[in-house]
Amino acid sequence: MKLDDVQRIAHLSRLELSQAEAEAVLPQLQAIFSLVEEMQAVDTSGLEPLAHPILFLRDLAQPMRVDQVTESDHRAENMKSAPAQHDGYFLVPKVIE
Amino acid sequence: MSWHNTPIALMAKALAAKEVSSTELTQYFLDRIEAGKQWNAYLDVNAHLSLEQANKADQLISSGKAGKLTGIPVAHKDVFVTRGWKSTAASKILAGYQSPFDATVVANLGIPDDHNPHGAGMVCLGKTNMDEFAMGSSNENSAFGPVLNPWNAAHVAGGSSGGSAAAVAAGLAPIATGTDTGGSIRQPAAFCGLTGIKPSYGRVSRYGMIAYASSLDQAGPMGKTAEDCALLLSAMSSHDPRDSTSLADSGEDYGRYLNQHWKEENVNSAKPLEGLRIGLPKEFFAEGLAGDVAKSVNEAAKLLENLGATLVEVSLPKTKLSIPVYYVLAPAEASSNLSRFDGVRYGYRANEYRDLNDMYAKSRTEGFGTEVKRRIMIGTYVLCHGYYDAYYLQAQKIRRIIAADFQAAFSQCDVILGPVAPDVAWRLGEKSKDPVQMYLEDIYTLSTNLAGLPAMSVPCGFNAINLPIGMQLIGNYFSEARLLQVAHQYQQASDWHLRLASEVA
Repeated sequence: MKLDDVQRIAHLSRLELSQAEAEAVLPQLQAIFSLVEEMQAVDTSGLEPLAHPILFLRDLAQPMRVDQVTESDHRAENMKSAPAQHDGYFLVPKVIE
Repeated sequence: MSWHNTPIALMAKALAAKEVSSTELTQYFLDRIEAGKQWNAYLDVNAHLSLEQANKADQLISSGKAGKLTGIPVAHKDVFVTRGWKSTAASKILAGYQSPFDATVVANLGIPDDHNPHGAGMVCLGKTNMDEFAMGSSNENSAFGPVLNPWNAAHVAGGSSGGSAAAVAAGLAPIATGTDTGGSIRQPAAFCGLTGIKPSYGRVSRYGMIAYASSLDQAGPMGKTAEDCALLLSAMSSHDPRDSTSLADSGEDYGRYLNQHWKEENVNSAKPLEGLRIGLPKEFFAEGLAGDVAKSVNEAAKLLENLGATLVEVSLPKTKLSIPVYYVLAPAEASSNLSRFDGVRYGYRANEYRDLNDMYAKSRTEGFGTEVKRRIMIGTYVLCHGYYDAYYLQAQKIRRIIAADFQAAFSQCDVILGPVAPDVAWRLGEKSKDPVQMYLEDIYTLSTNLAGLPAMSVPCGFNAINLPIGMQLIGNYFSEARLLQVAHQYQQASDWHLRLASEVA
């Protein structure tokens, strides 16, 4: 991993790093990834990835529910924590000129 | 009456016998919280709301509608969204956030009403401090300052549920909720001399639990005794249609085996654990384990042997690899989960920005702490095109090997015993400069989250400077009631769990 990679993943993560911050985090990420490299020595050929731990034990059907309205209107409560709003809508900077 | 030394099992009896009211108990703990601010265990306390709930609990008790836990106060980790109290996950990005709904755990334990008819009737004392978004092993990553260990204020309380651990250890709550993604219930419980259990994945609903790594996160109780944990877990656990990973067969009485013999046919034996096979993984007692921790855990094993158990050596060969596997998978899931914090619908928004993208980036940069940003970046990297197979998929494949290794071990034993952590609580600041050093401390707890197995922390001694040591019991899937049985029998024959920090007594 190089300094360019740090800035690229920061951008993909929608995070801003100053040059000094990127230089400080680089050796930390390098140390973490040298630990991560230990995984490459394991032979995993023929193994399926395990995404959900209980799938190791048994098959789980995707749970289904009846398609019906269960919630009432909570708009006022849900808008209470919005950083900016107007007429019950979330306000963001202008996207289309 | 010193209620802060009283297990909730006895508190329930006192409430039922009308020896104390919920209002009295609640006021007692609110007073202790006010006097115990130096631990920084709580992030939000609202005496008015707590006493309002206590009043409702007292009405339920006087009208004969009380359940087992009605009127008992409980503290919630700030990762659970809670109506009335602020819900921040100890992050600046959620500072002041007021949730419009209760997490299922909060509702299951809370005061019953029309919307929540099955609430256990417990009183919320407030929200406890934690590592930001549950990312950390020392509670030093909180945006609102570290939690101090009630056994020694120069030492960390552990993490990420450090506030819940310190609250119970300092007598600022009789019991608390926690969450465990890689050890976050068990390690702070061990560091603060408490009993805590992380149940099997899917036992407790994650609805309303602010997500870190969704395939690993599980909630559980942190208390003084295995019996108390059994009581709280029984009320927390339920099938929840709002969490697609909640298991249909979740609700059960986790205390049903507590006072029974391990094997029914041995009911007349003087040794309650006769027939129990305990596996000691050799990798858990290898290099890196502090001598005094090894000594205490080995003594605990001997005591369990005296209670009738037989000890066998087992092997969990991929123990060391659980660290890189976890620190690929958890950040990958976190980078996705935390993408919702964008400064649009709730949470922090930067004051100045050029356009929408700049607003996202500045809000996130100013709102997240250092460790959270580091994990988001690791997660983004391992999910990138070109690295996905080598890191993310490889980690998920080794995860399958780790789960299979546990099943091989459980063919030789019923329960696995080892240390919770390589050492006792370290000094504040000692490991916070070097993330890898901190990650290595999670070596004994990560693999159970990767496999989805239940595991608990039980006090089993103290080191030379009187810091608590915890042992870890790991069970097979859905064997929580059996783990609690072993822990309860151990606690009937030992008193480590009853010790109080000198500053607290």
